[in-house]
Amino acid sequence: MTTTKTRDADKAAGNEPITYREAMRAALRDALTRDDRVFLMGEDVGRYGGCFAVSLGLLEEFGPERIRDTPLSESAFVGAGIGAALAGMRPIVEIMTVNFSLLALDQILNNAATLSHMSGGQVGVPLVIRMTTGAGRQLAAQHSHSLEGWYAHIPGLRILAPATLEDARGMLWTALENPDPVLIAEHGSLYGMAGELPPGAGAVDIDRAAVRRTGSDVSLITYGGTLPKTLDAAERLASEGVQAEVIDLRSLRPLDDATIMSSVRRTHRAVIVDEAWRSGSLSAEISARITEQAFYDLDAPVGRVCGAEVPIPYARHLEEAALPQPDDIVAAAHRAVSGDA
Amino acid sequence: MTRKKTAEKRNTGPAAAAGAPDAAVEERRGLLHEMLRIRRFEERCVELYSAAEIRGFMHLYIGEEAVAAGTMAALGPDDAVVTTYREHGHALARGVSAEAIMAEMFGRSTGCSRGRGGSMHLFDTATRFYGGNAIVAGGLPLAVGLALADRMRGADRVTACFFGDGAVAEGEFHECMNLAALWHLPVLFVCENNRYAMGTALAREHAETDLALRASSYGTVSWAVDGMDVLAVSTAARRAAEAVRWGGGPHFLEMRTYRYRAHSMYDPDLYRDKSEIEEWRRHDPIDALTTRMRDTGELGDDDVAAMEKEIAAEIDAAVEAAKAAPLEPVEDLARFVYSEEAVRP
Repeated sequence: MTTTKTRDADKAAGNEPITYREAMRAALRDALTRDDRVFLMGEDVGRYGGCFAVSLGLLEEFGPERIRDTPLSESAFVGAGIGAALAGMRPIVEIMTVNFSLLALDQILNNAATLSHMSGGQVGVPLVIRMTTGAGRQLAAQHSHSLEGWYAHIPGLRILAPATLEDARGMLWTALENPDPVLIAEHGSLYGMAGELPPGAGAVDIDRAAVRRTGSDVSLITYGGTLPKTLDAAERLASEGVQAEVIDLRSLRPLDDATIMSSVRRTHRAVIVDEAWRSGSLSAEISARITEQAFYDLDAPVGRVCGAEVPIPYARHLEEAALPQPDDIVAAAHRAVSGDA
Repeated sequence: MTRKKTAEKRNTGPAAAAGAPDAAVEERRGLLHEMLRIRRFEERCVELYSAAEIRGFMHLYIGEEAVAAGTMAALGPDDAVVTTYREHGHALARGVSAEAIMAEMFGRSTGCSRGRGGSMHLFDTATRFYGGNAIVAGGLPLAVGLALADRMRGADRVTACFFGDGAVAEGEFHECMNLAALWHLPVLFVCENNRYAMGTALAREHAETDLALRASSYGTVSWAVDGMDVLAVSTAARRAAEAVRWGGGPHFLEMRTYRYRAHSMYDPDLYRDKSEIEEWRRHDPIDALTTRMRDTGELGDDDVAAMEKEIAAEIDAAVEAAKAAPLEPVEDLARFVYSEEAVRP
């Protein structure tokens, strides 16, 4: 396990390519080392190494008190995280997938998001809940949904969607420092994404959206697992003469309206790319905000590329058809630019 | 080190010097006073509700006073309490002031939750009172977490978690009993079995109605206690709390009790016989202790009158203060949704 640790350390120092999974593990290790109030608990986070191998090796490094395998009791262990946070600890709770998080929705909504206000500000819940989200791995309809937008509906929570190695490495510490409950939605398709981290990569802000590519013709607004697809689409659009700007939301609640509107006011066109269902969604919220705040700057209706309104199917061709693909994004951008909406 | 400190603190408590006869008498007087205080407070709440001074859902504790009074007497100041929406009695017995509770129900700024919680959501971190939780069984995971924090830090504190018989039918109850037992956490589970989950009788909601038996299936020490006998409650709670404190793992007390009033102020109480209520009233915890103390000469008419007078004055003052207190400014509506501390990397 020392080898895992040393290899991870080298990678985190920017000495060799690192995966999103390893960047997340480096963030966990850093937090566990820096603050003895931090501990990790969840299903199979210890002996198994994490369902997606994010916490592999941490049990050996930090011991079973701080890397806690839990029974399959989402409500109890998420609620226990809330209780421990009330008592001044800094728990990190891992839920295997966002679909499973529904078993803990009572605790997340009725307690984590609510206790501070309901107690007149007497208590805070400095808890971080990490969960995998999204489709693309043929896991079908009970492991593949993108429900982070539901959580973004809830006052009292902060929702983060790290889509880059820097954010996988840097968001966790800032989230732990935050006195309010923070959900981190990690798209399952990103864990294997590899690249280099700049030397000394560490904590990052969790308030602002980021412009991942600049462009003057259309703003493509996305987050999480659809960021790589949107960047691919932007690349193709450039070869076809359309300069797309790509906004990575990073924080789904609160939304960074300023960055979104500043981009839309320059490009006069917006397309929102979101793997989640279209109806009653985060993409609907962003579209509404653009019409509220930047309506007179628009040269075209706001476009959306969303997941099909079906439970995510198993078969590869059907799953691919259900998800936003670069072709769809390119087509939507062209529609916005040409005015053939 | 922590152990010594807590032990010293406990020895200064009202119930401490067991063995000295006058201390035992003082303890009984204290328990009687607390039960009477809760009952008179609740009776005043009924009047204020009828006068539309208090609104929302309000759940009264009349009949169940022995459980709160007896259990809280077993806790020290560093212990924590998590409870339900029927929690006026718990808050009073834990040391939250009558004034702060009343002001909360009046929706005032001086309320213990600054008017944002109401009857069902009393909070007071000064007494480690982590709330009135109005989702049945929703408080249990919090108690497990508070106890987990103590366990991880090596603090010998107890988290007392109150809930009803209805909660035993919830999945969260079973998840939490298992987790607390598995991790050997210092939780005192206090099940207030008042025989009804809102309007559904115990036997209509549970295949096995012996709740202590069911709790014991998790390997937890579990006792059924006569919840109408405050001395039985305090003895059981003290034994259980001390066992929990010194590393005995979670304990479960099934307090067999009864509420005389309807489930809430909205409940027409159509699901039980009036004769059943009358039967339970014959085992009233306040009457029982009063009679016992009169019989032994520990209590005279004057003592009871003085107690009543003192309690009435306290409640009068709480109501007056609540009426006079300012409302929380509407501009502060969104305060406390998020912490006011800004955090930057």
